[in-house]
Parts: sequence; C-alpha cells; structure tokens
Amino acid sequence: MQEEWIKVCMSSGGVAAGSEDVMAAVEDELAQRSLAVKALRKMGCIGCCHADPVVEVKPKGGKPTIYERVTPEQAREIVAQHFQGGQALESSTPTDEMFPHQVRIALRNCGIVDPECIDDYIAHDGYSGLRHLLADAGPAGVIEEMRLSGLRGRGGAGFPTWVKWNFANKKQADVKYMICNGDEGDPGAYMDRSIMESDPHGVVEGMILAGFAVGARQGYFYIRAEYPLAIERVQKAIDAARSYGFLGERILGTEFSYDLEIRLGAGAFVCGEETALIASIEGKRGTPRPRPPYPTDCGLWGHPTVINNVETLSNVTAILQRGGAWYGSIGTPESTGTKVFALTGKVKNSGLIEIPMGTTLREIVFDIGGGPISAKPFMAVQTGGPSGGLITKEHLDTPLTYENLQKLGSIMGSGGMIVIDEGDCVVDLAKFYIGFCAEESCGKCAPCRVGGKRMQEILEAISEGRAQMSDLDKLKKLAHAMQKASLCGLGQTAPNPVLSTIRQYAEEYRQHIEDRTCRARRCVALVKYQMELKKQKAAAAPAGAAS
Amino acid sequence: MTSPSPRQETHRPEVEALINLWKDRPGNLIMALHEIEKSLGYVPRDISQQLARGLNVPLAQIYEVLTFYNYFRLTPPAKNKIQVCMGTACYIKGSGDILETLKAQLGVQEGEITPDGAFEIENVRCIGCCGLSPVIKVGEKVYGKVKPDDVTAILSNYSA
Repeated sequence: MQEEWIKVCMSSGGVAAGSEDVMAAVEDELAQRSLAVKALRKMGCIGCCHADPVVEVKPKGGKPTIYERVTPEQAREIVAQHFQGGQALESSTPTDEMFPHQVRIALRNCGIVDPECIDDYIAHDGYSGLRHLLADAGPAGVIEEMRLSGLRGRGGAGFPTWVKWNFANKKQADVKYMICNGDEGDPGAYMDRSIMESDPHGVVEGMILAGFAVGARQGYFYIRAEYPLAIERVQKAIDAARSYGFLGERILGTEFSYDLEIRLGAGAFVCGEETALIASIEGKRGTPRPRPPYPTDCGLWGHPTVINNVETLSNVTAILQRGGAWYGSIGTPESTGTKVFALTGKVKNSGLIEIPMGTTLREIVFDIGGGPISAKPFMAVQTGGPSGGLITKEHLDTPLTYENLQKLGSIMGSGGMIVIDEGDCVVDLAKFYIGFCAEESCGKCAPCRVGGKRMQEILEAISEGRAQMSDLDKLKKLAHAMQKASLCGLGQTAPNPVLSTIRQYAEEYRQHIEDRTCRARRCVALVKYQMELKKQKAAAAPAGAAS
Repeated sequence: MTSPSPRQETHRPEVEALINLWKDRPGNLIMALHEIEKSLGYVPRDISQQLARGLNVPLAQIYEVLTFYNYFRLTPPAKNKIQVCMGTACYIKGSGDILETLKAQLGVQEGEITPDGAFEIENVRCIGCCGLSPVIKVGEKVYGKVKPDDVTAILSNYSA
C-alpha cells in the first residue's frame, strides 16, 4: 500500500458528475507545485454516488479522507492543503455514515484498485490462488468450496451456484460454455455496471474459476451495449489477463485451456432470461424458449452452458480466495453472504451498498441511507425492480433474506432498492412497471404480450378516473393468468408490482377509482378533475356565501 | 440509356473488411450490426443487403434482429441525440417533467427529429447512473440531478 495517494472517482456516475475536470485540476495542481504524489489514480465507484464527484485523499501517515461534490477549484485546494499544508480541509464527510454497516465482498475492490491496472489488482491479492486451484484443488475442490459458501445466484433467482456448476460439471460433453450475464436491464439497478467498471479483474477471475469448474474452454461476457466504459474495461482486463498467462492455452502451466470474449447486448430486457440471452449471443432475436432442457444440459449452440451474473462471479473470486466456510459464516443460514443493493429514490445517501444478508430495511434506509431526502415521510421500499414488490413501513424491521422478501410478496431481484415517500403514488408506480414490461415483452407468448398490455390499459384508466371497482378484479385475474401461463420469467413476474400495490394499498386504489383523487397528486388527470370540481363548486355557491 | 437495376446494390469496402473480420466467428450478426451502428449511427438498408450476402444470412433475418432490439436504428440520427432516463429512480424523481419540458422547448415528440436536424428526443430505460437521478444524456455526455429549469442551459451547449 502506498503511503500517500489521491484518488478520483472515474466510474460512469463520477464522470457524469464532472470528475474528468476534477482529475485534470488535480494533475495540473500537482504539476504546478512540483509535488510528486506517486499514487494519483483513477478509481472505481466507492458507492457514494449521490456525492459524485468523489475524491479520496490520504497523506503520509494520515487517514484517508473522502470529499464529496468536489469542484475543480476545491480539488486544487485539497491538493494544496493535504500535500503541502498537511491538513485536511474543513469539508465534512457525511458519506462516512454509509460505511460502518457494510461488509464489502463483491465490491471489495471497487474504489480501491485501479480498474485499468492488472498489477494493482494482483497487489490486492488478485489471481493469488489461481495456480493452486487449477493445479491442486481441481474442479471438484472448487465446487466443494462453493457448496460450503452457500452462495446463491445474485442475478435475482437465487439458485445455488454450486448446484448449477455441478450439473454442468457432471454432464459428459466435449464442448461446454461459460457465460457472464452483464446485460443488467433492471431499471434502478446498476451494481453490475459498477463492478465491471471498477473491478473488472474480479469478474474475469471468477469467470476463469467457473469455467474451470464446469469444464468449459470458452467463456463469453454478455454486456449491455449501453455500458461503453464497462465494455472497455472488461476488454482491457481480458487482454491483460491473457498476456499474464491467466487465459489462453495451458493456463499457468496446467492442463486447463480457456479464453474469454465479449458479446454485446442490444437493448432487450428479456435477454436477462437465460434462454433469451443465449439466443442473443447466437446472433438471433432474444426470445426465450421453454425449460427444460436447462442450459446446463443444452445451452449455447446446443452445448452445456452455465450462466452467472456479474455480482455472483465477483463473489466467486472472493470465496475461492478466502474459503467457502468463511463466506458461509456471513449472513443467515439459508441466505449466506452479502448482497449489493442500488439504494436510490427518495433517500439522502443514494448509491451502491453491500450488506450482510439479514440486515433490516430500517438499517439500510435510515442508518446507511440517512433516511428520506425530503420532509415527506417514508412510505415504502420497492425491491426487485419490475419483478418485485413494495415493502411497507410496517416491515422495516424484517431481516432481508431471499425467503423473507418472498414472504412479503417481493423478491431480492438483482438488487434495486427504490425508496418512495408519501409524495409518490403507488398506482402510478404500478403503471410505470407494467408499462415497462409490456414494452419489453418479446411477444412470443400471448399471456405476456396481451396480458401486460391489457393490465397497462386498466391501470391507465384508473389513473385517469375512468375505471370502476370491478376493474380491480379484472386486473387481478389478468395478473394471475400471466403469472401462471407466461413462458418465461419476464411475464411470470411482471404482475408482481401490481398485485403487491393492490394488496398493500387497497385504499389508494379505491380513492383513485371511487373518489377520483390522487393523494400524491401524481395522476395528472385526477388532479385536473379535482381542480375543475372545486371551480364548479365555487361558481355554484351563491355570491357572498363564503364570507 | 440503361436505367440502374433496382436490384443493383452498393458495395462498401469498409463493410467488406468488417464481414471478413466476423465471417467465421459464431454469433457474428449482432456484433457486425453493432460495428455498423457505431460508425454510422444507424444501419442503412444497402449495408444490410451487403451484410446478408457476405455473412450468407437472409436479409429477413437481419431485419428480424434489427427491429427486435431497441439499440439498433434504421434511419439516420439527429446531430445531438437526447436520451431521457426513465429508469425507476429517475422516474420518481421527475424525469417525466424533464421529458415534457424538452418536448415543449424543441417542439418535437419522442422519436422525432427537429426540422434543422439538430436534436431528437428518446426516452431510455436506465442508463445506470441512478445515484445522480434524474439523468439525461446528450450525445455521450451525461447530466445528473437535472431540473426542468436546467433544460434551456443544457440545450444551449449544443448547436445545429
């Protein structure tokens, strides 16, 4: 570890907030003062995304300090104070409150290592156990560690990772494939983007180990085309790993040969479904097919294929560095380890956080997130994106696990966590999600293609004051039909936010339909209607009656 | 006088190079289309035809893919493409109002191009900068924590 350093957040969020100008100012100031701070570095996302651009400084012998919302002028001042004055600025760092509750495993290197430098990754224990695992432990040893860890797929479904690997490993086949799903399409979740941008080697290493365990010779990164920085950095990481002998023929002198390539997504939410994703890599429309056969039996080009998501693979690397038992001891017995959430919406500290399973929502929203951002009271948290549901304030103290979320009618999903307050309307939110799913339906099966559209129409009618109470029954019937009859996960889960809001906020639905009012004043047609009604009443009242 | 046959197709050498690069690699179609989209901003019909011949796939299959994925477009883009993020975090923080303001100021609907070809508006699903919501993107530049009042100033950074 260097004695002194200065790091500027250069993730997509940081760059969007102006960190390139900040970086330039730091470089210029260091040059002008002839200061030789060796470790001026680009860093990935430390998770305090609301505070971007973030600058972290550590002077010789001192403690690191995080500065938030740094302007180029402030950056110059920070350099001057720290490296010549030897003093921290007065700048407070409220983002510090985001860290004490976190346990960073998948995000362990984010904001720590330089994502474009393999040597830096290696200096942080990267690729450290690779030779031993490939040469001594063997696929069975790797899978056994994964079993001990209890890791479940972090893409959303929560299927035990080791079971999937074991299926593929046991399958007799000459050709097998490994795929990393980096096509994060969930609106409101961006952990995969951040991990690929901030710690690409952590995922590449996970891909190597997974490929070894299942017996693949070729692996693919399937990444959203909308994530250019992630694509660039993963490509750099693959090239660097190959030049160091971690990829290619006879890796590190073992019998294992394996290589990685990137394939781009093209903007289709349904490609998160594994069979659709496979079709897309094959160069076709991303439409799913019924399972079984599962991809571990018959996947890419008909060969056994394992698909894991970015966060899962980042965890894999950490688990195989530190042992499955270590990981299994974190979290709860059924939901081990940690989960990364994109905490956003109406919350003060929004960003990426990683917490042990079993942490309560209250700790997340109030301790880490700092509570609601406005004066309006907290209302609920939406988890699991378009496939999830709302968790209301009565359930703030429920420990977060796969099982508990399901019991509450929501899901873990990929980890979007959107805080809503009383300024938000649940009907509007339900309409938003079903609209998303209707638009993203691939159209292959009727329950999803037609059901989503009809549900959207009914919700529009409710939010425009054109519905009757009987429409709620229709909505529920459609929802259940879609859940039962849709071909893939997109259609099966699309009704979840609608059912969840109807169940938990029945009174709001009634107000929309019978009283034609929207408490949050988000449904524009109803707001206009109420104003009109008021005007009419005022006009009808006899002159002078009010006084 | 010989009129050009309607089946006569253009032949672009840069596309030929691209075809040769991807020809023998499995799953090449989407990757080839990405490269075309990246260099031209859209996928013109004549290039699709050339690609169909070069990769030996039916033109219908290329259009099947082009029209399925949101990322590909069949017509030239405006000089500045404005993407309004409609991800959940942006949506609940008011990206709908930003979209309305943009539409009003530019006088076009989503998917349309201004008469001078300078701007077009597109609503997109989550560009992954949720910590800065609401977010809009003009070309490659991302603007975070945008308020409807900021729209005029942002637009003034760009010209026809």
